[in-house]
Amino acid sequence: MKKAYVLASVISLLALLSMGVFAQSSGFLAGEVTDTGGIDDRSFNASAWQGLQDAQKATGMQIQYLQSTNESDYVPNIQQFVQKNAGIIVTVGFLMGDATKAAAAQNPSQRFAIVDYSYDPPLPNVLGLTFQTDQDAFLGGYLAAAMSKTGKVGTFGGMNIPPVTIYMYGFVAGVRYYNQQTGKHVQALGWDPETKQGTFTNDFTNQAKGKAVTQALMNQGADIIFPVAGSVGLGSAAAVLQHNQASPGRPVYMEWVDTDGYVSAPQYRKLFITSVTKDIAVSVRDAAKMAQSGTFKGGNYLGTLANGGVALAPYHDFQNKIPAAVKATIEKIKQGIIDGTISVDPTSYPAN
Amino acid sequence: MSARSTERETGPASRPPFLRSLAGIFLTGNTFVITVLAFFSALVIGAVIIVFATPSALQAWHGFFASPGAALGPSWKAIAEAYGSLFAGSIGSPTAIAKAFATGSPADLTRALTPISETLVAATPLMMAALGIALAFRAGLFDIGGQGQMILGAAGATLGGFLFPNLPAPLHIAFALLVGAAFGAAWGFIPGILKAKTGAHEVITSMMLNYVALNLLTYLLTSALYQAPPRVEAISKAVVPGARLPPLLGHSLRVNLGFVIAVLCVIGVAWLLKRSSTGFRFRMLGLNREAARVAGVNIELQYVLAMTLAGMLVGLGGALLVQGVDFRISPLYGGSIGFDGITVAILGRGSPLGVALSSLLFGAFTAGGRTMQVNTSIPLQLVQVLQAVLVLFVAAPGVIRTIYRIKVLRGGGRIFGGWAG
Repeated sequence: MKKAYVLASVISLLALLSMGVFAQSSGFLAGEVTDTGGIDDRSFNASAWQGLQDAQKATGMQIQYLQSTNESDYVPNIQQFVQKNAGIIVTVGFLMGDATKAAAAQNPSQRFAIVDYSYDPPLPNVLGLTFQTDQDAFLGGYLAAAMSKTGKVGTFGGMNIPPVTIYMYGFVAGVRYYNQQTGKHVQALGWDPETKQGTFTNDFTNQAKGKAVTQALMNQGADIIFPVAGSVGLGSAAAVLQHNQASPGRPVYMEWVDTDGYVSAPQYRKLFITSVTKDIAVSVRDAAKMAQSGTFKGGNYLGTLANGGVALAPYHDFQNKIPAAVKATIEKIKQGIIDGTISVDPTSYPAN
Repeated sequence: MSARSTERETGPASRPPFLRSLAGIFLTGNTFVITVLAFFSALVIGAVIIVFATPSALQAWHGFFASPGAALGPSWKAIAEAYGSLFAGSIGSPTAIAKAFATGSPADLTRALTPISETLVAATPLMMAALGIALAFRAGLFDIGGQGQMILGAAGATLGGFLFPNLPAPLHIAFALLVGAAFGAAWGFIPGILKAKTGAHEVITSMMLNYVALNLLTYLLTSALYQAPPRVEAISKAVVPGARLPPLLGHSLRVNLGFVIAVLCVIGVAWLLKRSSTGFRFRMLGLNREAARVAGVNIELQYVLAMTLAGMLVGLGGALLVQGVDFRISPLYGGSIGFDGITVAILGRGSPLGVALSSLLFGAFTAGGRTMQVNTSIPLQLVQVLQAVLVLFVAAPGVIRTIYRIKVLRGGGRIFGGWAG
């Protein structure tokens, strides 16, 4: 009998406690549903959360996130925010594409924004935020080729899927464009746009794999490394740092991806020539602000060099090490990409 | 006293095996009390973490000696909000239930039943995974390969669910489930046969097969067979509607036939362990391998059989997840369910009934954790800490006995054979 009392009292205690929590808070709420990475993944979940924090600073709106532990969490997490009458729900990543679409159809007056996904045809209450990252990766590829002493540059990806390989296409295209313009023969290792095969870690978190892959690329002679693999790139940076300490006469440098590595991975900032970024934070912030001010419209947003949604990060420590002529050429190429006179498709250039 | 302590030493072996599993914990008062006390202790530790995770509550403690009341108030409020949300998100909020009774409208009813539905949805794959792992435990095998077996089961069910889109509905559901179970069984068979033929330890082999499964999944998702055009991401084709498990409480709630299937599997495994000669041999093996060998049990065959059955059950869990909830697979599918299954199996002390109850508890934590996240500033990790502390106390009952000065308890014996098996 005693155990029944214990159980009954525990349950009734919980029931009592739950009475107090249904006071709905007022005011505009922007909610983010993260994928399994959580808001501290130093990648797109973190960038989207940064965007909401910026929006909060600007307007004082409430912000809130829900972390998913596996795929089955997406639907109920979105539902939590729908029930809380969130002003906008930001979902992150292509895995949430279907869950977001279904929730948007069920709740036509609820506004959504989704990072790294777009709908065809566009949905009236969902803003898809995608980024043409081959454009700034092209600039990164050109810069890498111009800065390489060994005539070899390397890249690798987290997984052989389009959101990753789009960077690698752009990077290789930039290298090839450099060769075409200067008559040199810089080799791009790690991605072959013709066979669509390359070097992949098949992992976005295991830094040991980034280290191993980077050592292999350096052994092949690459002296500029461009990892496209989330936090796996931190392992890559560790390998490069180790190499530079062991043989300071033949330094290897890197380009970071998605965010400005000089800021997001400051322990390695001496290694970064630049970063190939996409501005998730700004587009999320703007979506949240538009939702609050009532100017939100569904559809698809594509970040490009032209609208600043993708960009090459500042050169920081390399400001004075990169020849002025190279910097000027990169500005020209940027204009060329914007007005469409320069193609970012690697197959439109001769492959060495 | 001395007689009792002797019994504790030899307890499991001196009683008939099926009585031991019956006496297994949930029906004997002492262990039940330990479980309740472990639960209570985990809540207390959780409450401390909640206070630390809530800035306003923590702030108030600065003035504790000036005005203790002002310090305790915000802390109490934070704890009440957190556990209240946990309860409301997993069982139901009293206000929503009252409203549903008052209006009787379908929307209010759905809202009132959502927490229970979500608890059952989260519990279903966990129950299957833990059931398979518990079955292996009972045969003295430690199956760490739940993650891989679940991935294979899900991949199999997905394949079975889209390959022949014109199969009639009930047949198609069964077909896809069978393919999933078969894939999972194959993934359990490998460590089983390796142990039987070469003596390779199943802990090592099943764990390594998790990595193989993860990379196999990536490969499959980028292959033309699985990948769903016209999109280009690594997401599989969808299971056709005819192969999806029908919902139990209408289309707006996610709870589906999968839960019923999981419960049937629990009953099936309970029967297998208690009543069948195969189950008897498993338990002999689990209690004393050498004795089983001397008694004429072909222990190599039992290894293969137990691991294959375990893989099949976990794989079926993956199939239920795909066919009941997600309808498609993607990289890292299943998350940590395969590993959480080990935790649930330990919390359930390796008995089917214990596994069923523990997975319901963990399902409630999962569903309630979402509501707690959205209503408070407390991160989801708190729920995971609660689960971990709970299992810690259950796995180390001595701690609970010491804290609450409980002197002697029977039962509480070992849950699974040693590492060296």
